[in-house]
Amino acid sequence: MADARGLVKRRAGVRLWLSASWLGLLVLAAVFAPLIAPQDPLMQDLFGARLPPFWEAGSDAAFPLGSDSLGRDVLSRIIYGARLALGVALIAGTLTCLIGSFLGLIAGYFRGWPDMVISRLVDIWMAFPPVLFAILLIAVLGTGLSSIIIAIVVIDWTRFARVIRAEAMSQGAMDYVASAQVSGRKRFSIMLAEILPNVLPTIVVLLTLEMGIAVIVEAILSFVNLSISTDQPTWGSMISEGRLSIHQAWWVLVFPLVTLFLTVLSFSQLGEGLKDHFDPVLR
Amino acid sequence: MSFLTIENLSAHVGPSPILRDVSLSVEAGEVRGLVGESGAGKSMIGKAVLGTLPLAVQVTSGRILLDGEDLLAMRPRDRRRVIGAKAALIPQDPLTALNPSRRVGPQITNRLVDILGWTRQDAQMRALELLHEVSIPEPERVMRAYPHELSGGMRQRILIASAFAAEPRLIIADEPTTALDVTVQKQILKLIRQMQQRHGTALLFVTHDLGVVSKVCQSLTVLFGGLVLEDTRVEPFFAHPSHPYSAALLAATPKYTDPDASLTPVPDAVIEGVQAEIAAHDRMQPHV
Amino acid sequence: MSDTPIYDIENLHLSFPDLAHKPLLGPALRVEILKGISLSIAKGDVVGIVGGSGSGKSTLGRAMIRLLEPDSGAIRFDGQDITHLDEDALRPLRRRFQMIFQDPMSSLNPRRTVGAIIAGPLRLQGVDRVSARVDQALDHVGLPRAFRTRYPHELSGGQRQRVGIARAIATEPDFILADEIVSGLDVSSQAQVLNLLEQLVQELGLTLAFISHDLSVIRRLCRHTLVLYRGEVVEYRETQALFDAPQAAYTRELLDAIPLPDLEQVWD
Repeated sequence: MADARGLVKRRAGVRLWLSASWLGLLVLAAVFAPLIAPQDPLMQDLFGARLPPFWEAGSDAAFPLGSDSLGRDVLSRIIYGARLALGVALIAGTLTCLIGSFLGLIAGYFRGWPDMVISRLVDIWMAFPPVLFAILLIAVLGTGLSSIIIAIVVIDWTRFARVIRAEAMSQGAMDYVASAQVSGRKRFSIMLAEILPNVLPTIVVLLTLEMGIAVIVEAILSFVNLSISTDQPTWGSMISEGRLSIHQAWWVLVFPLVTLFLTVLSFSQLGEGLKDHFDPVLR
Repeated sequence: MSFLTIENLSAHVGPSPILRDVSLSVEAGEVRGLVGESGAGKSMIGKAVLGTLPLAVQVTSGRILLDGEDLLAMRPRDRRRVIGAKAALIPQDPLTALNPSRRVGPQITNRLVDILGWTRQDAQMRALELLHEVSIPEPERVMRAYPHELSGGMRQRILIASAFAAEPRLIIADEPTTALDVTVQKQILKLIRQMQQRHGTALLFVTHDLGVVSKVCQSLTVLFGGLVLEDTRVEPFFAHPSHPYSAALLAATPKYTDPDASLTPVPDAVIEGVQAEIAAHDRMQPHV
Repeated sequence: MSDTPIYDIENLHLSFPDLAHKPLLGPALRVEILKGISLSIAKGDVVGIVGGSGSGKSTLGRAMIRLLEPDSGAIRFDGQDITHLDEDALRPLRRRFQMIFQDPMSSLNPRRTVGAIIAGPLRLQGVDRVSARVDQALDHVGLPRAFRTRYPHELSGGQRQRVGIARAIATEPDFILADEIVSGLDVSSQAQVLNLLEQLVQELGLTLAFISHDLSVIRRLCRHTLVLYRGEVVEYRETQALFDAPQAAYTRELLDAIPLPDLEQVWD
C-alpha cells in the first residue's frame, strides 16, 4: 500500500507546488504591480503601437510582451489586471463559499423544514440562466467592483449549498454524529464541531474552483464591457480588445488569454492538492 | 487431476508482499475453504484467479492453471474468454453485486448471450430454470423485478443462480453469507452445497468463519499475511489442527454449546511465531 | 442497589416513513418497526438483545437512549419517563447512558485524536480532571496512554473498538448500549473485546444491553436474553434457561442455524 499511496502523494505534490507557485507569482505581481510593471499600463503611445514581443524583429526591450494598438504595454496591463482578477477571486470566492456552505450545512444536517426552504430556494434559483442573471444584476446595480462580486455571490452560492448539503447529509448519518448526540452535545455545535471538519476538504475544493470561476466571470463581464470602468486594465477587456487586432497583433490577445487559462487551471489544481492535504486518512 | 492449481503465487502492493508463494489446488467437484482473518490475502487469491485484482497489486511470480491452461501466461483477451467460460464468482455483498437500476432477468442472461453466444430465448429459458432450481418462487415475476424489491437472501439466491448459469467448472465464493442473517445463511450455504454437488463444480470458498468451513468444505487452506500455514482436509483439521495459529483461531471461535469454555484470544506468542515464519520466508527470497 | 429497574419499557411502538414506496403525492406510509415491546432491565444486569435483520433490535436500542422518538408507549429510565423528552430536557440525562457503536470507523470522528474523542462527552458534562479521566479510561480498556495523540485510522479494528468502549465508560454511565460491537471484528480481536467487556462488567458493575445477531457471543456475556422477531418480543428469559430449553420456535431456529466449528454438529 505504502508505495502506491506515496506515488499518488508525490504527483499531488508536484501539482500543488506548480499551481501554488503560479498563483504566488500572480499575487506578488498584483501586490507590487507599481514596482514591477515596466510601463504605466494606461500610457498610450500611438507611435509605439503594436510592438511585437521581445523575440521578434522590431521589438522594444521596454515592452517585453509587446504593446497593443494604442501602444500600451501588454505585460504591465496583465500585471495590473491581476489585481482585479485576484481581488474578485478572493472576495467573491470566499463570500460565496461562506454563504453557500453555511446554508448547505444547515439543510443537510438539520433536514426538516430548514432543508425544505433552502432546497426549494436553490431549485428556483438554479432555474435562472446564470449569464442573463448576471447581466441583469449588473444592469440594476451599475458597473463596478462590488457589483461584480455581488453578482458572483448571488449566482453561485447554490453550487456550494447543493454539494455541501449532500455531504453533510451523508456525514450526518455516520455513527460519530449519533455518538456526539448521545454525549449531549447541542445540534448546532455538532454541526460545527463534528460535521464541518469532515466536509472541509470538499469545501476547499469547491472554494478554489469557485475562485477560478470568479476569474472567468469577471473576464466575461469585462469582455462584454459590463465590468468596471474601461480605463482600468482587466484581462477580459484585454482579450476583448485583442480580438479586434488578432490578425495584426496576435500577442495582444494570446498573452492575457494564456494568463487567464493558467490561473483558472492553477486554482482547480490547488484545490485537488489541498484536499489530499486536508484529509488525515490520506495524509 | 486438479481443476485449479495455483503454484508459488506471489504478489505485491508496492514493496509489501500480500501473497507469499501461495500454492494450492482444487479438484474437480471439491470444496476447498480459504480461511484467514482480514489482511490474510484470502480474497486476493480469488481475485487473482478471476483476473480482477486491483491495479495496485502486482503478481511477481507463480502460475495459475485453470483446467491445465496457464492463465498468467495468456494474453488478457484470451484469459477473459477462458475465465468467462470456465469460472464464475459468488460475491460477498448481494446488494452491490446487482445493478440497482436494471431488472434482474437481463443481469442473469446477459452473460450467457454476450460471452457464450446463446440466443435470448435460450438464455431466458435457462435463467428461469435456474431460478427455479435455487427455489425462487414465481421466477417469471422475479426476472422482471428490480434488485431493491427483493430481500437479501433472495438476491443472494439470484447471484448463485447467475454463477451457475454458464455451467462453470470452478466457482469462487467470496464470503457469500457474511452479509446475511444466520437463518438465511444456513439456507444459502445449504443451497450452494447442493448446487455444487448436483453440478459437480469445483468450489473455492473464501471465508473467515471456521463454523462455515466445517459445514461446506472438504479441505481447507489457512492463510496469514499471504503465507499458507496449513493445507489439509477438514477431518484432521477440526480434530487436531497442526499449526499453532490454526489451533488458536479455532479456540477463538465462539461456541454457544459450551458456555464455560472461555474464549481464548489468539495469543501474542502465536502471532509472533507466525510473523517470524513470514520473516524467515521473506529472507529466503532472492530479491526483495 | 434499589429495586427500581434502570429501564422499564412498556408497549413501545415506533415507525418510520416508508420512503421506498412513497406515493408520488402525499406523505409516505409508515412502516412499524417496533410493535409493542415491553421489557425491564434491572441495575447491574447484562441483557443480550438478539434477532435477525429487520427484527428491530437496533431501533429498540436507539429508542432506549432516545436517539429515536417512539410513537407511543413508555420508556422509563430509572423511574423517569423519557419517552417524549426533547433534546434540552434529555441533556442532563445523557451522561447517564452511553452507547458503543457497531462500526468503530464511522463512530469515531476521523478528524479527531483518540484523546479528544474520549474527552468529548466528559467536557460536555463539565467533568473536572478530564485528562486524568481519559488516562483512566484508556487504562481500563488496556490501551497505552500514548494513544491519546493517535487518529482512528492509525489503529487496528480491535483497538478502535476499545476506544469506543473507553469513550462510553469514561463518564461512568449507569447504562451502556452496545450495538453489534464485535460483528465487524476478526475472531481474534472479537475474543479480546469480549473478554475486556466481561472484565469491565465485573470490575465497574456496568449495566449493559448488548445487541447482537450472534447467539454464541450473547451466551458468553449476558445474564438475560431478549429474542426479537419483526418488532415483537419472542422470548425474554435468563440466558442459561433460554439456551438449555428454548421455548419459542424462532429461538430454536436461530440456535440451530449457527454453524459451529465442529464436524459432528447436526445441521440440516
